Amino acid sequence: MELGFLLQLLLNGLIVGALYGVVAMSFVLIYKASQVVNFAQGEFLLVGAWVCWWLLTAWQLPFWLGFLVTLAFMTLFGILLQVVVLRPLIGEPVISVIMITIGLSIFFQALMKWMFGVFAQPFPPVFAVERVRVLGLEVQSVYLFSLAISVAIMLGFWWFFTYSKHGLAMRATAFDQQVAASLGVSVPRVFAMSWAISAVVSAVAGVVVGVVNGVSSALSFYGIKVFPAVILGGLDSIVGAVLGGLIVGVLENLAQWLDAEWLNWGNMYQVAPFYAMILILLIKPYGLFGTETIERV
Amino acid sequence: MATMTPAGDYRSTYREDMTIFPTRGSRIALWVGLALLCLAPLVLDRYLLHLLINIGFLGIAALGLNILVGFTGQISIGHAAFFGFGAFASAWAHEALHIPVALAIPLAGLATALIGLVFGAPAARLKGLYLAIATLAAQFILEDFFARARWFTGGVAGRVTEPFSLFGFAFDTDETYFYVVLAFVVVMFAGAANLMRTRDGRALVAVRDHYLSAEMMGINLAYYRTLSFGIASFYAGIGGALYAHYLLFVSVEAFNILFSIQFLGMVIIGGLGTIKGSLMGAAFMVLLPEVVQSLADMLAGGAVDRALKLGASISYLREMAIGAAIILFLIFEPDGLAHRWQQIKAYWKLYPYSH
Repeated sequence: MELGFLLQLLLNGLIVGALYGVVAMSFVLIYKASQVVNFAQGEFLLVGAWVCWWLLTAWQLPFWLGFLVTLAFMTLFGILLQVVVLRPLIGEPVISVIMITIGLSIFFQALMKWMFGVFAQPFPPVFAVERVRVLGLEVQSVYLFSLAISVAIMLGFWWFFTYSKHGLAMRATAFDQQVAASLGVSVPRVFAMSWAISAVVSAVAGVVVGVVNGVSSALSFYGIKVFPAVILGGLDSIVGAVLGGLIVGVLENLAQWLDAEWLNWGNMYQVAPFYAMILILLIKPYGLFGTETIERV
Repeated sequence: MATMTPAGDYRSTYREDMTIFPTRGSRIALWVGLALLCLAPLVLDRYLLHLLINIGFLGIAALGLNILVGFTGQISIGHAAFFGFGAFASAWAHEALHIPVALAIPLAGLATALIGLVFGAPAARLKGLYLAIATLAAQFILEDFFARARWFTGGVAGRVTEPFSLFGFAFDTDETYFYVVLAFVVVMFAGAANLMRTRDGRALVAVRDHYLSAEMMGINLAYYRTLSFGIASFYAGIGGALYAHYLLFVSVEAFNILFSIQFLGMVIIGGLGTIKGSLMGAAFMVLLPEVVQSLADMLAGGAVDRALKLGASISYLREMAIGAAIILFLIFEPDGLAHRWQQIKAYWKLYPYSH
C-alpha cells in the first residue's frame, strides 16, 4: 500500500510538473530571446483559458474551432504586448522591465476578474471522464490527456529549435543579437515571435488546466510557480525548465504528503517550492543548466 | 541633485553643497508647510485626514523601499510582508510583553530590520532579477508564516491592537493620530535625507551606479547590500506598526503580493532615488482608488454603469488602475512625479523668459 501510494504521488507530481515544465519553457523562451523576465506568464494561461471558455460557452463553438480561434487570438495578443508595451523599454534597466511585466500581470488579472467573475467555471465537457488503470495506478483520462499534450508541446519545441529556420534564427539571436542582426535576422521580429509563441504555448497549458480543473483566477498562480522551476533548471535553459518543472511538481506532492503524515504545518503544497528556491539561490544561483554570467570590466 | 539655485550662488564649502534646503525660500517653505500641516486636523474633515494618515504611513514604508530600490539598485517584491511583520510585531510586543505602544513601534521597526537582514542575506550574493525572485519567495514564506503563527498574528481571525498613547493620553481619533503619524514622517524623512549625505549613504548610491567600481574603491558590497535591506525593512516595520495602531485591527490577508506591488508602484511613480518622490508616490497610490471610485460614482445609474457592471466590480477597476498607472508611468514618465515637479518648478522660475 505504502509503495503504491508513493508511486501515485510521483505520478501526480509528474503530471502537474509536466504542465509547469511547459509554462517554464515558454517563460525561458521569452527570457532567452529578449532578456525579459516575464512576471505576466501566468496571465497568458489565464487569458487563454478564459477566452477559450468564453468562445465555447457564449458562442457555442465546437471545441476544436474555439481552441484554434483562441490560439490565433493569443498570437496577436503576444505580438501586441511585445510591440506596444515592451518595445519602448528596450535598453531600460532591468527593474523597469520587471515592473512593467508586474504591471501587466495585475492589470490582466483584474481585467479577467472584472469580465468573467471570481468563481471557477467548469469547461463544457470535452472528453469523457474515465478512470484508466496504468501500471496498477488509478489515473483519470483527462490527466493522461494533459500529460500527452505537455509531451507533445515539448517535442514540438525540440523540433522547432533544432530544425526550423525561425527556431534557428531565435537561437542565433539569443546567442548574440548583433551577430544575428548582421547575418540578416530581424531581431525585432524574433522578439515579437518569441512573445507570440510563448503566449500560445502558455494558453494551451491554460486550456488544459481549465479542462481538468475549471477556469479561475487561480490559473495565474502557475506564473508564480514557474519561478522555482526555472531557477532550479537555470534561467536560460529550455531543458532545465522542463526538468525543473517536473522536479517542482514532484516536490510539491511529496511535501504535501510529508506534511500530512508528520509535520502538520499545513499549506506546504504551496510554500515548499519557495523554500527550495531560496536554497538553490543561495547555493547555486545559476541552476542546474544555466550559463554562469562572468562579468568583465 | 538637480536643485534650482539663484544665479550667482556659489558654494565654497562641502558643507554648503550638502545642505538639504539650500535657499532661504525653501527653508521658509518647509516651516510654513509644517505649520500648515499641524493646523490641518483643525480644518480638514475626517475623510481627508484619513487619506493624509494613509499617505503618511505608506509614505514611510515607500521611502524604505526607495532606499533599497532607488538608492541601492536592489529589487524587492516582498515589501508588504515586511510591512505586515512590523504591524504584527508591534501589536504582539504590546500585548504579550506589555511594552507601551510608543515604544513598541520603534521596537517593531528593529525587529523587522532583523527579519529583513535574514531575508536580505541572499542579497549579498544576488542582484537584479535573481534578487527579485528571492524576495518573491520571501513574500510567500512570510505570508505563510503569518497564516500559521497563531501566537503572533492571531491566525485567520487577525489581531486586535491598542491605540497609541503617551503619558496617559490616547491618540485614538483621526485628529489626534494625525500628529503621531506626522511626527514619525518628519523624523523618518529627515533621517533618510541625512543618511544619504553620510559616507554610508554615498556608498549605497555608488553600489547602485556601478557596483564593480564601488567595490574597487573599497566599498564592501555584501555589507552595503545587506545593510540597505535592513534599513528598508526598518522603514517598512515602522510604517506597518503605525498602520496597526491606526486601524486597531490587523488581518493576515492584507499583506499579499498585490500590496507589495503597490509599494513598488509608489516608488516608481514617485521617482526612483528621490526622497520626496516616495511621499508623492504614496499620495498618488492612495488617491488613485479614490479617483476611480468617484469616476464610477459619477457614472452610477447610467447606461455605461449597467453595461459594464462598474459598481459591483469597483475593486477590480482599482487594481486595473494600479496596473495601468505602473505601465503608463514606466513608458511615458520613467523618472516619476518628483522629476515632473522639478521641471514645473524650473519652468516657473524662468517664466516668461524660458529660452
